[in-house]
Amino acid sequence: MSMVNLKINGIPVQAEAGSTILQAAEKANIRIPTLCYLKDVQCVGSCRMCLVEATGARGLVAACVYPVSEGMEVFTNTPKVRKSRKTTVELILSTHKKKCLSCVRSMNCELQKLALEYNADEDRFGTDYAAKPIDDLSESVVRDNSKCVMCTRCVAACEHQTVGVIGPKNRGYAKEIGSPYDMPLAHTSCVNCGQCIVACPVGALYEKSSVADVWGAIVDPAKQVVFFTAPSIKATLGEAFGFPVGSNVEGKMVAAIKQLGNVKCFNMDITADLTIMEEAHELIQRLMTGGTIPMFTSCCPGWVKFAEHYYPELLPNLSTCKSPQEMFSAVLKTYYCQKNGIAPENLYVVSVIPCTAKKFEIRREELGGYTDAAITTRELARMIKEAGVDFANIPEAEYDMPFGEASGAGVIFGATGGVMEAALRTASRLLGGEGHPIEFKEIRGTQGIKEAEYNVGGGKINVAVANGLGNARKVIEQIKSGEKNYAFVEIMACPGGCVNGGGQPYVRDEVRNSVDLKALRASALYKQDENSKYRCSHETPAVNVLYKEFLVKPLGQKAHALLHTTYHQRDKY
Amino acid sequence: MSQIAFEGTEEQAARLAACISEHRGEKGALMPVLHEAQDIYGYLPPEVQTVIAEGLNVPLAEVYGVATFYSRFTLMPKGKHQISVCLGTACYVKGSDKILEEVEKTLKISCGECTSDREFSIDSCRCVGACGLAPVMIVDGEVYGKLTEKDVKTILNKYAEN
Amino acid sequence: MTCEQLEKIAAEKADLINVRRIVREQAEKLAANTGYRKQVLVCGGTGCTSSHSLKVIEQLETSLKELGIDDVLIVKTGCFGLCALGPIMIVYPEGAFYSQMTPEHAKTVAEKHLVKGGAIVKELLYAQTLHSDGSVIPFAEIPFYKHQMRIALRNCGVIAAENIDEAIAAGDYFALKKALTSMTPDEVIAEVKAAGLRGRGGAGFPTGLKWQFTKDAVGDKKYVCCNADEGDPGAFMDRSVLEGDPHTVLEAMTIAGYAVGACEGYIYVRAEYPIAVERLNIAINQAREYGLLGENILGSGFSFDIHVRLGAGAFVCGEETALMASIEGHRGEPRPRPPFSAQCGVFGKPTVLNNVETWASVSPIILKGSKWFSSIGTEKSKGTKVFALGGKINNVGLVEVPMGTTLGTIIYDIGGGIPNGKKFKAAQTGGPSGGCIPSEYIDIPMDFDNLVSIGSMMGSGGLIVMDEDTCMVDIAKFYLEFTADESCGKCVPCRVGTKRLLEILTRITEGKGEEEDLQKIKDLAQHMKSSSLCALGQSAPNPVLSAMEHFGDEYVAHIRDKKCPAHVCKSLLNYYIQPDKCRGCTLCARNCPAGAIDGVLKSPHEIDVTKCIKCGQCMAHCKFGAIVKR
Repeated sequence: MSMVNLKINGIPVQAEAGSTILQAAEKANIRIPTLCYLKDVQCVGSCRMCLVEATGARGLVAACVYPVSEGMEVFTNTPKVRKSRKTTVELILSTHKKKCLSCVRSMNCELQKLALEYNADEDRFGTDYAAKPIDDLSESVVRDNSKCVMCTRCVAACEHQTVGVIGPKNRGYAKEIGSPYDMPLAHTSCVNCGQCIVACPVGALYEKSSVADVWGAIVDPAKQVVFFTAPSIKATLGEAFGFPVGSNVEGKMVAAIKQLGNVKCFNMDITADLTIMEEAHELIQRLMTGGTIPMFTSCCPGWVKFAEHYYPELLPNLSTCKSPQEMFSAVLKTYYCQKNGIAPENLYVVSVIPCTAKKFEIRREELGGYTDAAITTRELARMIKEAGVDFANIPEAEYDMPFGEASGAGVIFGATGGVMEAALRTASRLLGGEGHPIEFKEIRGTQGIKEAEYNVGGGKINVAVANGLGNARKVIEQIKSGEKNYAFVEIMACPGGCVNGGGQPYVRDEVRNSVDLKALRASALYKQDENSKYRCSHETPAVNVLYKEFLVKPLGQKAHALLHTTYHQRDKY
Repeated sequence: MSQIAFEGTEEQAARLAACISEHRGEKGALMPVLHEAQDIYGYLPPEVQTVIAEGLNVPLAEVYGVATFYSRFTLMPKGKHQISVCLGTACYVKGSDKILEEVEKTLKISCGECTSDREFSIDSCRCVGACGLAPVMIVDGEVYGKLTEKDVKTILNKYAEN
Repeated sequence: MTCEQLEKIAAEKADLINVRRIVREQAEKLAANTGYRKQVLVCGGTGCTSSHSLKVIEQLETSLKELGIDDVLIVKTGCFGLCALGPIMIVYPEGAFYSQMTPEHAKTVAEKHLVKGGAIVKELLYAQTLHSDGSVIPFAEIPFYKHQMRIALRNCGVIAAENIDEAIAAGDYFALKKALTSMTPDEVIAEVKAAGLRGRGGAGFPTGLKWQFTKDAVGDKKYVCCNADEGDPGAFMDRSVLEGDPHTVLEAMTIAGYAVGACEGYIYVRAEYPIAVERLNIAINQAREYGLLGENILGSGFSFDIHVRLGAGAFVCGEETALMASIEGHRGEPRPRPPFSAQCGVFGKPTVLNNVETWASVSPIILKGSKWFSSIGTEKSKGTKVFALGGKINNVGLVEVPMGTTLGTIIYDIGGGIPNGKKFKAAQTGGPSGGCIPSEYIDIPMDFDNLVSIGSMMGSGGLIVMDEDTCMVDIAKFYLEFTADESCGKCVPCRVGTKRLLEILTRITEGKGEEEDLQKIKDLAQHMKSSSLCALGQSAPNPVLSAMEHFGDEYVAHIRDKKCPAHVCKSLLNYYIQPDKCRGCTLCARNCPAGAIDGVLKSPHEIDVTKCIKCGQCMAHCKFGAIVKR
């Protein structure tokens, strides 16, 4: 790669030819503000926040898109630049519903931060925003267009997912972001992945909150409240409390949840293990009996809805296994209730998930309505803050029994490739034979599509892992065209898997633009897996007890009734 | 959005399908197809946009985004008689805004709307090139030039009668 | 088709065209060779068609048939330029210039002039083509045409626009022949560079350089595009070229394709130009039939084809990256540059984009040479420029003059001055992206750089003349309404800036302006200029800024005195009946929709300003000029 030399604010910088001023500035530790730019999501130069002066350019140029050149001198901090940025912020503020104090993004809002940094006058150009009705019909995503700053990061995120249910419409001042004909998101083929939410710099998109319901259940004397946390939560919750990205805060998380009230806190990694038990057996069965292959994973509700809208012909290929969340709730409302003499209607099950699509999932009729509430990592953080818990200093605690200890295979469910790896660990051992690896490193990592060939039970199987629905679509099209043949395909709707889910904490754009969020968060899970007592799902004691005491055997009658589900085609429009 | 119910004939649907299959796979097909669809139906109702989205394998949001970006595409049906008042510079300096006002007043609808009996619809346009006749308005392709507000009613009456 | 076949067609029709081009005496002799005693050219451009020139043609055909005349050729041409006088009809070999024709007039001309032994119907001629002694002046010698020099418009109004043979006879495709048979691509580019041709679409970028960049760019495929999305309200030269001489555009694009190594082209044309689109499609089909588009053109081995894409009403699509997004089927939103379209244009491939008028100037350069072209115009602006005259001017229409012609020549000599004896106040060039030129600059030679130096710009060549009755705040507001409406909405400074700026101007015209608004306008305008993504936003404040610079006192009058000096802004004026002139006829009172006028018969009336809605009906109806705005 050839390098060019340039100066930014007089500081000599070397940057790769073809890189942008923004990238070069980052190397020199010079921060240039951005708004519409988001690494891996969008780079269009439309918000004009990152304007700088550069020699050889006419007027101000957008650092996020302007390429560096040899001998170029860039100035990021001139009166002209500062004035432009200030006015840009002021113009945005003139169109913004400035209900900042009660906004879900207050103190965590990129616009608010820019306004502060550039000393913007929020009233200089008045306030004139379109008072649009808030679209909260979706179970997952709420849109408040009167706060939209038209950065189109959500649109780019939705396009990357090849879902594309929101887009820019009209033009000029009348331009707005939304679905065609102002259809509520709930009536579109939105898959509820929530990538639009984590892309949004302001409070124009957020999850539909269940916090009030959960508080209500906690104080209801008739209810027993149990929480369980999805595998990735421990790797991300800390970010909401100032911990560096990639910190594993499992012990603090459990302790904090228990301080919310008289609640129990279980570990969803266990039903991840349970899912593997069922799914590995299902895979073997399909392979042995000439069933429909490739088999696709079904634990990601974003992917499931995507398949129902766009690839209904593939629904027989989806594993019939419920997601770990739904398996857990089913087990709790049956086995756990019976065992502890609780009436199922008095057990209030709260699932903590990294995902907004899971909020939609709990309302699926075919799943039996076992989950009472699903809250995102962000909502949990809000509850912990509201409860006044000193998260940083709270002593660590352990999950409640009997659903405390899981295998490392369940832990890595939260990262792309994790479900596949967990399934391969168990399937290869179920089929017998020696020398099967524990770690399947070829399918780890954050690239969009991963493929591998493994010896399982004496035979070779080809597998593929896709994260992000755009990549999923690519894999599916290759399968449909006959170009590729796989036995087993793992799909997670969010880029990087659940660690990067639509319910995960907001990360400051400048952090997000400079680190590999997906890899860092995933590394916390892989580290925990490495140090786990059990590495395979079938070794997890709680799972074995479950089968012994209740479920009898994988794919058995009871397991089938409680742990498996069906899918149905949905309209595209 | 459109309060006037969609009525499409089989013949129209067949024409649209033919147009879509003609352009399918072509680079940049969306614009030509939208133009033709509007020629066929007179406007671009949701039903038509959905067919186009499906046919060209483009998200509906994108079809809608393109249809609402260009002022020539209309999501509202047009009247049997289409009135267009030129607001180009030459016409404007000669008072075409007053002509438009008069048309709106006479038909009791605003610019961009269609009367409930679908007889008349009003639009404004920019420079039709008849600057020598400013101010002008166009009814069903017929150009009326050098207008005064008094002419409006007479012209509209001509169309209302038949 | 071979080069020989091309020459043969040209030779066959040469006299037919020459009759229309040379002076009368020779033309009369030549006419005998053509088989047509007379040729009647009727404008079939948009302007004249709007005033029913097609009915004139119909009537002519009927009359000729009835009169048994079969040696008169009727030709439907493109625009003659003098649109104010449409429909226009010219009879050759005399060169008789009939204006404001109606079917009845056509019948008269057929019966009295076109019949054997007939004579010019002087009373239907354009008055300026008649000497006071009644003798006819050849129309080329009247002031409107005398000061013009037609390069881009050379064939407009000369040839039948839908007839490729006439186009060939008039010289079209001979530059292509020359380029393909005797020039290398580098020589073609060198010629265009040496000619000093600059883009006629707005920014004036050197055309040859653009071609060079595209030629030098690496790409498996390249494109040549024509911007025919003429969006500046009031400019219509591109339309006229497409309507009058579409082949010149096809030819020039093919030449550029040869020069840069492209084999495909797109013409992006406004859907609002149905006649231009139709003629373009006819021309493309004819050129394909003749092998002037398609495979192995003129036996050279070079292949090139052109597609037409319709715009759909978005001014911003005149911006090159937006235009290309639109060709690709997207919303016409511009993107930041670099990469420039020469490297990354349509479908991500290297692309040359020029506007229609620029393309129309290419063939003459190749044919007559760069020296000839660069001898015309000023030091840095070579050749000619077409202006669309509009607004408060007598000869509304299209004129082509050498670069450097003064504004005064254009307005007074060619344009025939301001109607109704009003005073010239300013001329707007560059449309909504340009600025106004006040009367003190009436002698300024019009070229790219001079216009920029006084805060306006050439733009596409719209030239709107404003007289003393034009309010400069109102006109700035009008342009801003346009740009606000046409802003694509992608970048903040333009999307929000145009709106906020418009709000301030609206406030001022309503008499609600405050002193600090002037500073706010300047701040906002500066911000939009420095920070907008594309030229639309960067230039949108120009009309306001230049109006404020040259007519600052009018802004102050609106804000401080709450007066509109031109009596345009409704909120700032009152209608007043001058008692000394009022005869008490009651006509005003009877026509007042608001019942705001009181008075007894035969004594002066009075307007109740609290009831008056300022509709102006009273003034329009007063027969004694007693009512004034003040």
